[in-house]
Amino acid sequence: MRVIIAKERVREKTEMRSAYCSSLIRLAQKDDRVVVLDADLMKSMGMVPFMEAFPDRAFDVGIQEANMMGVAAGLSAAGMIPYAHSFAPFATRRCFDQVFLSCGYARLNVRIAGSDPGVTAAYNGGTHMPFEDMGILRNVPDITILEPVDSVMLSNLVEQTLEPYGVFYIRLLRKNAVKIYEEGSKFQIGRAVQLREGSDVTIFATGIMVSEALKAAEALSAEGISARVVNIFTLKPIDREMIEKCAEETGAIVTAENHSIINGLGSAVAEVLAETLPVPMERVGVKDLFGEVGPVDYLMKRFELTSEDIAAKVRRVVERKSSGRD
Amino acid sequence: MISKEKVRELERFALKIRIETIRAIGHLGFGHLGGAMSVVEVLAVLYGGVMKIDPANPGWEGRDWLVCSKGHAGPAVYSTLALKGYFPLSMLKTLNTPGTRLPSHCDKNLTPGVDMTTGSLGQGSSAAAGIALGNRLKGRNNKTFLILGDGELQEGQVWEAALFAAQQKLDNLIAFVDYNKQQLDGYVRDINNLGDVRAKFESFGWHAREVDGHSIEQIWEAVEAAGEVKDQPSVIVLHTVKGKGCSFAEGIVDNHHMIVNEQQIKESLGALEEILAGEVEA
Ligand SMILES: Cc1ncc(C[n+]2csc(CCOP(=O)(O)OP(=O)(O)O)c2C)c(N)n1
Repeated sequence: MRVIIAKERVREKTEMRSAYCSSLIRLAQKDDRVVVLDADLMKSMGMVPFMEAFPDRAFDVGIQEANMMGVAAGLSAAGMIPYAHSFAPFATRRCFDQVFLSCGYARLNVRIAGSDPGVTAAYNGGTHMPFEDMGILRNVPDITILEPVDSVMLSNLVEQTLEPYGVFYIRLLRKNAVKIYEEGSKFQIGRAVQLREGSDVTIFATGIMVSEALKAAEALSAEGISARVVNIFTLKPIDREMIEKCAEETGAIVTAENHSIINGLGSAVAEVLAETLPVPMERVGVKDLFGEVGPVDYLMKRFELTSEDIAAKVRRVVERKSSGRD
Repeated sequence: MISKEKVRELERFALKIRIETIRAIGHLGFGHLGGAMSVVEVLAVLYGGVMKIDPANPGWEGRDWLVCSKGHAGPAVYSTLALKGYFPLSMLKTLNTPGTRLPSHCDKNLTPGVDMTTGSLGQGSSAAAGIALGNRLKGRNNKTFLILGDGELQEGQVWEAALFAAQQKLDNLIAFVDYNKQQLDGYVRDINNLGDVRAKFESFGWHAREVDGHSIEQIWEAVEAAGEVKDQPSVIVLHTVKGKGCSFAEGIVDNHHMIVNEQQIKESLGALEEILAGEVEA
């Protein structure tokens, strides 16, 4: 792992989907087992350049996600390496049994990409707004769950999915992310990245919540609260070592995710803490609610996912820590 | 048989549905335009005469029900409901805005007159079969209508529901397939061809017909005939054009979800309003 943290957190020029497409083109050039599947969202996912470069290795199956996952399993059984995409709700809850049994239980080698996570489903509304995708898939034994935060991390992680064997879920923003890492950064699957030092509390953040967490930490430093920020981009297997270390060194934890607090990052971190070093902890995430329609900034406020929401939880957990009430 | 006057009345109703839908999507600046335009005539026939409804009492149990399984056609459904008086026309402007009761995909808990929540393609087919069965069990003398997309027929669930509905002899269920030959990524035949949709439903035990999906008269007569069928569910395959009647969307490839500008909206509304005013022939 060799990480260069971006000096300025700006909207990236490269869309995440275009970084994803370019990465898959590189993988397909390197390895002729790589094939791409989609369920009528090939264009939405920006995969036209891949279709043009590898017309015989791109399969738009139509609107049939469950069939697509079963076909992906079969392709893997026959020696191919399928990358199957749909919107996150349809790539996970719509076809969970196919993913669980045909891919997972059958011990096959399949990559699943789910796009528009959480509030980023925006104008598509509640039916398309997955707050549960990672939570559902966390139940598949041995699955690897990744949530790349920007295009640099995305490209590096997708590259690393070529060699290892098993089922991978990549949770993907389609549009432009906020830049967190500089070009040339290298990541290690399963290892979290510390983005900011701090001694009073650690904020574990994933996806679009990473930049919110950094914003919160900056605001809190003015109040005299020193918040460490760690990007946990691998939900499974979770970085137990990092969680334990931060619990020990900062004594208070806040998690931040664009996902339900049930079964996502908050749950995964709480499980580790409960079994190792229980310290006061608070979760920022969607509180057992269905999605709704609207622009992302509205939805982030509506579901209490802003930097202010993080800061409020930090103040609370620091207060709990100092009053010795856990 | 439908009278000439009724045909004219429903054609005007269809025009108004188109106008309100384009206006609402234009107000927001983007939306699922193509698939909303292709279902306008069937909505006009259903809500303009065929369906037993009471806009003042959307929850009336004896009503006819509609499941718009291609939930992204919500904006066309909302315009239809508003024009029928389920809620004020002014509400159409709130499409997809924070806190709205009109989300991009149909939601039974938000919009007065919407009978089932849809948006995950395929699921409306089973829900409609369940509603039809439930209505029969309750002894209600009513019908359940179902609108499916052609791309949507690629979902296996549609065919599970088709088998089930035939097995249960749901003659109170009448489905429509909006066969506009396009889906999101392009033409249905290039992506995952459906072949002969009518023959497929027939082989699943359904009464099936095919009509011009933009002809009020043909849709009306097909629905009337389907209403007479006993012991079989019916499907009416509507041959339609994605984007129909919207000057900048009709007949082009990428018309599923469109970003629109003021000029486009002005021109397309202008053309439709001229027809409505009787200044030009449709
Ligand atoms: C289960 C599911 N998969 C994917 C989508 C995304 N999606 C929305 S509309 C659409 C295309 C629909 O095509 P069709 O049924 O032909 O409708 P139409 O062309 O009439 O709009 C897709 C893929 C979805 N809403 N649900």
